[in-house]
Order: sequence, then structure tokens, then C-alpha cells
Amino acid sequence: MPQNPYILKGHADRLAKWLVPNLSAIHLVAVFIALLLIGLLLVPVAQVMIVAFQDASTGAATLQNFIDFFQTSLFRESFWNSFYVSAMSVVVATAIALPLAYITTRFHFSGSILIQSLGFIPLIMPPFVGAVAMQLIFGRNGTINLIIREKFGFDIPFMNGLNGVILVQSIHYFPFILINLSASLRNIDRSMEEAAQNLGSHGLRLFRRIVFPLAMPGYIAGAALVFIKVFDDLGTPLLLNVNNMLAPQAFLRISSIGISDPMGYVISVILVIFSILSLWASFLFMRGKDYTTVQKGGGGMAKRILKTREKFLSYGVVIFILLLVLSPHIGLLLLSFGTIWSYAPLPDGYTLQNYVTMWESSKTFITNTILYASIAATLDVIVGTAIAYIVLRTGIFGRKGLDYLATAALAIPGVVLGIGYLRTFHNLDVPFTNEPMASWWVIIALALMIRRLPYALRACTAALQQVSISLEEAAESLGATKRRTIQKIVIPLMAGGILAGFVTSFATAAVELSATIMLVSSNNDAPLAYGIYLFMQTPSGRGAGAALGIVAVIVVAIGTIASQVIIERNKKIKSTGDSH
Amino acid sequence: MKHTIYASIATLALTASGAMADEKITVITSFPDSMTGPIEAAFETAHPEFDLEILNKKTSAGVKYIQEIAGANTADIFWASAPDAFEVLKNDNLLADVSVTSEGIPELIGSYPLNDPDGFYYGFAGAGYGIMWNERYLAANNLQPAKEWAELAQPEYHGHVGMSAPSRSGTTHLTVETLLQGEGWDNGWAKWKRIAGNFSTVTERSFGVPDGVNTGNFGLGIVIDFFGFSSKASGFPVDFAYPTITALVPANVAVVAEAPNSEGAVMFIEYLLTPEGQAVLLNPAIMRLPINPATYVNAPEGFPNPFKDSTIGAAVEFDVAKSGSRYNLVNSMFDVMITYRLDDLRDAVGAIQAAEALHADGSNTKATALIAEAWALIDANPIDEAKSLDADFAGIFTKKRKKVTDKVGERQAEVEQRWDAMVVANYASAKELANQAAGM
Repeated sequence: MPQNPYILKGHADRLAKWLVPNLSAIHLVAVFIALLLIGLLLVPVAQVMIVAFQDASTGAATLQNFIDFFQTSLFRESFWNSFYVSAMSVVVATAIALPLAYITTRFHFSGSILIQSLGFIPLIMPPFVGAVAMQLIFGRNGTINLIIREKFGFDIPFMNGLNGVILVQSIHYFPFILINLSASLRNIDRSMEEAAQNLGSHGLRLFRRIVFPLAMPGYIAGAALVFIKVFDDLGTPLLLNVNNMLAPQAFLRISSIGISDPMGYVISVILVIFSILSLWASFLFMRGKDYTTVQKGGGGMAKRILKTREKFLSYGVVIFILLLVLSPHIGLLLLSFGTIWSYAPLPDGYTLQNYVTMWESSKTFITNTILYASIAATLDVIVGTAIAYIVLRTGIFGRKGLDYLATAALAIPGVVLGIGYLRTFHNLDVPFTNEPMASWWVIIALALMIRRLPYALRACTAALQQVSISLEEAAESLGATKRRTIQKIVIPLMAGGILAGFVTSFATAAVELSATIMLVSSNNDAPLAYGIYLFMQTPSGRGAGAALGIVAVIVVAIGTIASQVIIERNKKIKSTGDSH
Repeated sequence: MKHTIYASIATLALTASGAMADEKITVITSFPDSMTGPIEAAFETAHPEFDLEILNKKTSAGVKYIQEIAGANTADIFWASAPDAFEVLKNDNLLADVSVTSEGIPELIGSYPLNDPDGFYYGFAGAGYGIMWNERYLAANNLQPAKEWAELAQPEYHGHVGMSAPSRSGTTHLTVETLLQGEGWDNGWAKWKRIAGNFSTVTERSFGVPDGVNTGNFGLGIVIDFFGFSSKASGFPVDFAYPTITALVPANVAVVAEAPNSEGAVMFIEYLLTPEGQAVLLNPAIMRLPINPATYVNAPEGFPNPFKDSTIGAAVEFDVAKSGSRYNLVNSMFDVMITYRLDDLRDAVGAIQAAEALHADGSNTKATALIAEAWALIDANPIDEAKSLDADFAGIFTKKRKKVTDKVGERQAEVEQRWDAMVVANYASAKELANQAAGM
């Protein structure tokens, strides 16, 4: 009941404020994002996961399925295997990413641009294509083993069982660590390093005690992503035919013909819970530590010029690592130009025919992919930046919930999301047409958006964590509104992180398959990865599929470089503008 | 941003208007592009009023898709190899009962009925299972191609064989069931486990097997015939043979229940059965066995003709009802005993093979006894054939909820855990016994 009707009559604008207390623009944004996540993530996934809590024969609510899970030795073993593979992948991925990040950010090294552009490429390969190419190079009878067997008479089991999964996953996902770690290293305040040097610290000790700890937000963000991603990844273990891990177990049980075993859904629930727990652990680790730095003009740490010997060493390390991480692409390139490649170190002959075959039937796949991935990545960075800001800068009730919910998307196997979308949207019609929403192409873009949101969110959060709140306070105390502060101060300072988020989301969305394969309802709407999958299902289509894979890599690489150029140009315009 | 939105709306409008031009027939299929492409082209030339919209999904994903969209169905045709997938859809009332007219198509292929007796799905091509091998791989490893299932269990093939799991691929399921019916339940499983002891891998997709053989990742694979023929036709150094015990089964096509274009769907099926439609099957990239005997006149030399060569697929009288009643149970048993415990099984079988090689003359009776005991442990089955055909027990694996009051005695997870404990223990003791024998 209004207490003073007189005032209300005269001041209509106050009425709105009284009716919706505290609902500033930022609150509205938070509510909107919450609705978006509930509608596009929670509801569809719940539609599928509810099976885990039902008695398979009666449909009554029960927790018996979870008791069964822990009583089954195969599942316990799978859980342990998944954990082991994820942890080892983080270790191997760190071993790959750390030298690259360190060399590019600490030294004047002419190969830096090469690393920055090539180091990103491994992410942009559909997982099954990567595994196919890796088999050709590192497999039991791949190029390397055929050569060393002939020369030295022994084999190296690179791709055997869990080893293979760890190798493929580390090579595929190390860019998460590289990108986030490099961004963090670049954002470190030079004065910190100088202070340490003044106090006599240098070399490895300086790195171990000052530089690396300061880069922690980026490293932890990247490592947590790698861990969760590997834990939930389905494509790689399946392609290497490793079944005794959790995600493949879930998939095999959900997608077997005619079987409705609830254990698949139970495993999905456990995957989600475990991923959220690991994320929470990474938050706990970071809690109570302040990583922000005030100085922004200086542009990161001091760079040293390498001595000749060091330069050779650096080039050696960098080239070795790049050869390793690009081996799937080298394999794919050979496959795309090769005629027949069977039990031989290299293809029997070379041809352009694969590209001709591919081009005749794949143009729509390419344009669709660009459209979907652009929509998904653009929405991702917008939503990601908003969530990061809400979590770190406001006291809105349930803000952590937004973060957890968005991040939980990481843990949802693509198949589960795909089935959930079919269940949720099939009975809704697209406005103005009579098509069911589930077969509308926009749903594919939205599914990609949800699947890749966690990447953008982590990148944006890490970027905002390094922006000191005192810069915003300074702007506000000079009279800028909240909105203007966000526009003019926060977002420009986060630009690097936002770009990293956009690129990661775009690139990985462009090659996503597991959710889209459920949702594609017409070949005209199909993205690239689906096209590669189609080709790769036939003996005669391997070369053409590889050619399409190469096109995917090129498309994404162009996207990446273009966005980098745009940001650089903006920076230049801004800095010249500032000096006037 | 705005431009993107406008562009998207424009694109949408264009796609929407484009789709209305022809009468659309939506086909859900597991067949690859290289097969659907030529057939689509031939059909659209013969019937220009129709536009075939092909949607490629794995068989299992296709079944799931049709189940999920049943509320507002947009699919007209389901088109895939495995008859079992059609059985699943038929039992869910998701297939339409249509009448299709054709000429010159026999009732049986091998000993398998070509069409569903209730008229829900129709065979349009034949396929048989066999062994495919990579010539270069075998030459490099000094191996001869295996031509019978039993040969695959011989020790020289240890680690050289690949296969898909029956739960992953309907066609693989038929191979497994064929051997179980041809050799008997216990002998059949024993044979599968001894062959599986030689496996390099169990692939997730049925195409993973020809792919593995083509690249030389493993040397021999258990595959459906057209994978062998089409790989060879694409130029890979591979070949294929039918073993004596194999089943010829039809690849099928059906109209989905409440199809938006049911008439067009029937037209498509009828076209597949015409002499022109059948002739497309002999395209080098397809290589499926036509079911119209007259089409074989144009077949390339050496192409098998099941209507003339009675040795193909004749040894087994395939019992569809038996297969259907224990479908999921057989899949689950294969996964528990082989797919998920492949490392244990391979180690145990490898150890026994090594012990056998050491005591090949049989003079050491103690060692021979130990080896026999070890084989018995490998061969042991958790359930007998009668149990596999017990409808209540098999029901644990299908979980069709009929009434809320229906109560199933045990849960699948419980049963699988019990089987798993048994096979893990058996494989471990078998390996131990073999090592003991080898040490004698």
C-alpha cells in the first residue's frame, strides 16, 4: 500500500521505482541472462537428466541408480580413468604451453607472432578429425612407428589406450592455457617485476616467486578449462575406442539402439556435479587473493633481448613444440592431398581431386558455419562480459549462481544437450511459420552459444579480475555514470580478454559436432563439422573430408587474424586519439 | 550487429521460400553420402516433382531422433541397414503400415525374409558379413588372410583383428547373433571370446572397422560386405571374403508414422524396387547386393550373386524372433565380457596362446590340463541359453514400462556388475593358470 498517495499522483516516475525496488539496468540484465540460461540450458538438460532420478521400471522417484553407480566396479574404474586422464592432460598441456607463453612474453623473440597465431590452431579441429590424423602419424602403424620400426625395430605406444587420449587431449586443449596464461603475463604490472629485481631477485626465482604467481588467474582459468573439458570430452576417447572413461560410458548407454538404461543419465549428472566441484575448487584456490594491477600504460613486463645461443635454443624448443602440436594438421593436409594412404609412412600419391569433390558439395556447410559460429561467439562475449561484471562488481543476489550455471554448460555432454533441445523445442513453433522450433537453424546457433559460453565467460572473468576497481572508482568520482564507466573504462581494459573469449568461442563453435548432429534437420542447415563427418563415413570420402577440414582450419584462422587486426587497429586509433 | 540480424532474417526468408518450390521428402538415413547421392540423383531424374531431403544420422541417433520428434513428426522415410532398428521403431508405433507394389522381388534373401511380415518395412538390398583384410599389413606381418571365423581365433592373429560392438552397430549385432545361432549359445560365445582375445580394438562406429583396416591400423576386420567392396573400389589395398557361417540380411526402408508426405515416401520406396532403382546399387561407391535377381546380369565380374551361389548365407537359418527377444541382453553381454574388459581378455588369451605354443606337443600333461582349465575359464558364460530366452530376464535390459505396477525383479546395473565381477575374476585366473603352465 502506498503510504503517501499525494506524492505518487504528482510524481509518476517515482511509482515505477517504488514498484520495482533496486531494479537498475544491471539487475534487468542479470534477470534476462538468468532467464536465458534457464530456458536454453537448465530446462532442456533437466528434461533429459530427470531419467537419472527415476526408477527405470516404475518411473517413481529414486536414488537407487546412484547407489548402483558406486557399487559397479566398471564405473568406479571409469571415474578414476577420467580423473587420471584429465589431470595428466593438464600436466602435459602445461608443459607445452608454459615455454611458449614464457618465451613470447618475456623476450624479444621474432617467432612470437608465429606462436601467437599457430599456437591457437590446434583448438580449431573437430575432435574426430584430430584423432584420425593423429592415428595416421602416431598410431600403431602410423608414420612415426612405421619409420622407427624399420630403422630400430621397436614401437612407441603413443596412442595406446589412455596414453593416446592424454596425448590427443593435451595437444588439442593446451591453447586454453597458452591464451589465458599469455594474457595474464602481459597484464602483469612491470613495477612488480622491477621491485623484485631491485630486491635482488632474477631468473627462475623471479619467475617462480613473482611472475608465475601473478599470472595465476590466467593459468588457473586455463588449467580448469582443460581439466573439465577433458573430463567431459567424448569425441576423443570414442574415436580412440577407449570405453572405460565416464563420458564414453554415458554416451554409449544413452545412444545404444533401443536401450533405456538410466546409468547413462546418472553418469551425466555425475559429470555435471564433478565439473562444478572442480570449478568451485579453482575458485577456492583463488579466493582472498588480489591479482589486480593498476598500471596499464606500460604494457606488461620488460622484454629482454636474447643472446645468440639462447635464440637458437628458443627456436629449437618452439619449433619442436609447434611441430608436435601441429602434427594433426600436417597429417590432415597430407590426407587431403593424398590419394590412398594405407599402412605407409606417407600417401601413395598426391592429387587435387579431393578439393574438387569437396568444393562441389560443401559451399553451404562453410557459409552456415561462419553464420552460426559468429552468432554464437558474439552472444557469448556479450553474455560473458555481463556475467563477469555482475559477479565481480555487483552484490546482486544469486550472482555466483549465474556463473556456476553458465559454466555448468561445460559439463553437459553435447548429446544430452541435443536431445534436451529436441524434447524442449519440438512442440514449440517458430513465429510466423509452422516449422517446429527444434528444426529451425537458429536453435543450432543457440546450442553452440550455450556450449561455448563457458570459454568466453572464463576469459572475460580473468580479464576483469585484472582490472583494478580503483580505475572505475576514479572514473565515477570524476562524475561518469556506471554505464559510461563500463563503456569507457572497463570494456576497453578487458578488450584483450574479450577478444580471447570471442576467438575461443568462435573457433571451437565452428568445429563442434556432438550437439549439432542431433539438431541438424536438413543438410542445407548443416555446419562444416557435420559435412566432414558425412565425408569421413565412406572409404572414398576420407580425402574430401580432410580437404573440408583444412578449409575449416583456414576459415577459423582468417577469423582469428581478422579479429586481432581489428582490435590492434582500434587500439592504435585510441592511442593516437588520446595523445591529441 | 544489426547487419548480422538483417542478414540472418534475409537468409531465413530465402531458405523458407526455396524449400517450398518442390514437394519435399525428408529421409532419415544412416547410409553415407556416397550411397544416397547417386540414388537421390536417379530418383529426382525419374520423378522431378519430388525433392529428396537427406538427413544423415548414425542408426542409433536416427532412431532416437525419430522417437524425439514423434510429437510433431517432420520425417517421411527411415532408411538404414539393421532390421533391428526398424523393429524398435515398429514396436514404438513409429512406422506407417503402407502398401508398396513391386515386381520380380523374391520373398527371401538367403534364408532371411526380405520384408517385414506385417508390412511396416521393406528390404531393398542385401548385405552379408565377412572378413576384410589389408594386403600390405598382412604382407608386412607375414600373415595369410583368414577366411573363416574360427581362423580369426588362431594365435598368429593376436592383436591384429578389429570389430565394432553390437550395441553400437545394428549390423554388428547381426554378425554376433548369427554366430550364436549357427554354433549354439555356449560354443558361439566361446568362439567370440577367443576371437576377441585377438582384437586390437573394439571400434565405436561400424565404419571404424573398415577405416581401421583401410589405414592399416589393424590388419583384419569383421565387417559388412559393402564396406569391403567399396573400400576396394576406392583403391585401398584391401579385400573381403564371406565365411561359411554368415547371414545375408536385407537393408531396409520404411515410411515413418504420420509422415507429412506419405505419398511421396511410398513413391520413393517403389522406385528403389524398380529395375532402374536396383541398378544404382551396383555403382562402385555403393556395391550392395541387389534383391532383384535380374539386376545381376549387369554386375561386374566376381560380384557375388546370392540368388545363384547358394553357399552364401545358406548355413544359418536366421531366427528373427529369437534374435529380437534377447537383443539388448546380447549387446550387454558382449559389452561386459568383451568391449569393457578387452585388455583383461586380450592379456589372458595371449598368455594362454603363449603357453600352448610352449607345450604344442602335448607331452606335459599337467601343463595341458592347466591350459584346458584356463580356456574353460575364458569360455564360461554367466547365463545359459534358456535364461537368455527367458522373457522376464531379458526384460531387465529393455525396460519397457508398461504399467506403474509392473515390477522388474533386478536392475540392469546389478546384473551387469555381477557378470563383470565374474569375467574379471575368470580372466585373471585364466591368465595365472596359463603363466603357471608356461613356467613348467
